[in-house]
Amino acid sequence: MSQVAEAPGSEDGAATGKDATYDGLRLQKVTKSFATFTAVHELDLDIPRGSFFALLGPSGCGKTTTLRMVAGLETPTSGSITLAGADITYAKPYRRPVNTVFQSYALFPHLDIFENVAFGLRRRRSKDVESQVHEMLALVELETQARKKPAQLSGGQQQRVALARALINKPEVLLLDEPLGALDLKLRRAMQIELKRIQTEVGLTFVHVTHDQEEAMTMADTVAVMNKGVIEQMGAPSVLYENPRSTFVANFLGQSNLIEGTVTGRSADVTSVDMHGISVSVPTARTHVDGDQGWIGIRPEKVLIGEPGEALDAPGNTIPGGVITDVSFFGVSTQYLVRMPWGQELQVFEQNTGRTRIFGHGEKVELSWRPEYAFLLDHDQDATAGADRDD
Amino acid sequence: MASTAGTSPALAAASESTRKRGRVGYLLLLPALAWLTLFFVIPLYSLVATSLFDPSGSDFRGYTMSWAWGNYTDALQEYWQPLLRSIVYGGIATLFCLILGYVLAYAIAFKAGRWKNLMLVLVIAPFFTSFLIRTLSWKLILADDGLIVNTLQAVHVLGSDGRLLATPVAVIAGLTYNFLPFMVLPLYASLDKIDHRLIEASGDLYAHPAVGFFKVTWPLSLPGVVSGTLLTFIPAAGDFINVQLLGSPNQRMVGSVIQSLFTDANNYPAAASLSMILMLLIVAMVLVYVRRAGTEELL
Repeated sequence: MSQVAEAPGSEDGAATGKDATYDGLRLQKVTKSFATFTAVHELDLDIPRGSFFALLGPSGCGKTTTLRMVAGLETPTSGSITLAGADITYAKPYRRPVNTVFQSYALFPHLDIFENVAFGLRRRRSKDVESQVHEMLALVELETQARKKPAQLSGGQQQRVALARALINKPEVLLLDEPLGALDLKLRRAMQIELKRIQTEVGLTFVHVTHDQEEAMTMADTVAVMNKGVIEQMGAPSVLYENPRSTFVANFLGQSNLIEGTVTGRSADVTSVDMHGISVSVPTARTHVDGDQGWIGIRPEKVLIGEPGEALDAPGNTIPGGVITDVSFFGVSTQYLVRMPWGQELQVFEQNTGRTRIFGHGEKVELSWRPEYAFLLDHDQDATAGADRDD
Repeated sequence: MASTAGTSPALAAASESTRKRGRVGYLLLLPALAWLTLFFVIPLYSLVATSLFDPSGSDFRGYTMSWAWGNYTDALQEYWQPLLRSIVYGGIATLFCLILGYVLAYAIAFKAGRWKNLMLVLVIAPFFTSFLIRTLSWKLILADDGLIVNTLQAVHVLGSDGRLLATPVAVIAGLTYNFLPFMVLPLYASLDKIDHRLIEASGDLYAHPAVGFFKVTWPLSLPGVVSGTLLTFIPAAGDFINVQLLGSPNQRMVGSVIQSLFTDANNYPAAASLSMILMLLIVAMVLVYVRRAGTEELL
């Protein structure tokens, strides 16, 4: 604390002075070890003020532990957490300008909805509790339920109470721990839109922890993909999806075809890769390999399918010799599994625009994709990492 | 059409099964009903009747029912002191049990970790010895030349001829000791049910841990507090063993009066009316208490 206060001009001003000017939430080299394992390992994270930030990862990746350290419910083993320039690493939870929407809401069962929402205000002896609570209940559309007990509300309503109870305190950062996990699919979609609306309306920093990649991508401005205690990649959802840096991100965010290949030539723009005897090219900006061996990645919806020898409109990478082994018709799209000459099965999504006919099982086809859609990942990584999601 | 045809037998089957469930429910009540009729309703009837018998009756001459309501006023007039003392001693012992028991139950529920089960067994362990033996051993603990009395004399809390036995302190200590497990177990049961995240949530919402305790933990443990205090207070107020072994006639509680009226004086009408007064008093207090604690709302 004292370091930050006297930062300008002091000896370590260079290190802490930067923090003092950063008005968001900053985690520096944060590590959390429990008796038998390390949940979070030297995590560095900058979350800008006012952003909707998602921490995405499979269960046990350390995302909830990270959240709990920001909330003050766990103490980091080492590292520091600063919020708007103030060091809060060891601050007690009740002294932090941070509120949490808990996974199972943790509403107080003995208090009615009004008193649940008023809890934080009353603890801080705030004025106009009455009007503030009514205003907040109006925002989450629960004014008529004010005198009910939490158990009398539905899951979606309880979720909104939990949100209101945290939001009313106008925290610097609102933490959401899998807030939609207990809701059914339809309600979850509705609440995603609702949460996004409320975040834009109140303009607070939201840090959202989830294992649902779709939820993270639809709601957040920035997504950090976390795996085994470290952040694999961070960025806007579209960047993560289009240009993943690791096989884990490629598989965890959506689906990817990963095909072995050897780099044969590099230029500033294009990297040529030999893929089982076929030469394909990948934009150099999308290559993330150390050696010559790599995984060529292509999203299933970027792959075009056609008759053998058909001139598909994609110039560039054309891969002949595929045989269809499975067809699933979804209405809006058709999903194919195509066995390639080297034995691997690739996934292909085709929008049912009527442009091409729907192929049948056992038919010979030709695949093609535009070079700019492909990416190249390091061969040392496990091609199946992050592929088996348990949700 | 087929579906409508299909539903009617299903509906019939459903109502059949509800009827069956109802009948089974009543059948399951029967043993307890028989037991309570035999050992509660009939004795209670007999007690009420005895309390209204002619007080001049005796074992030799027999008793006659004379609707002697005067038995009640006589009993109150003559024994109001032991009656009041019972309420006061029982109340103080219950309060001590609540303080000791709450701290213990809280520790077991929230802090004991893997020692939880062992600690619960230890709470119940005293029941493996008889109530009398345990109370008698308090006679040794509080003996006139025992460690506690000697220590208290040495630090001048007690005078040089001061004693603990035959004082209210001994009686209340005995009551507190004997009924403590009845307080701890219900308290533990309701504390253990509290979702730990609620306490985290109160901290997250700016409640200092002490405030969080009074705003969240305490109200959620009220069902345990109510049942624990009832399970302690009711037997403690009616107890006569602790007074008999640890106290003196000066600490006579209503339980010992009733016991001696029944067994030594053979004054059944007075004993019965005093029993009824004690019972009605406790029922009235319990009703007021439960209503004020507002616990029905929590359930």
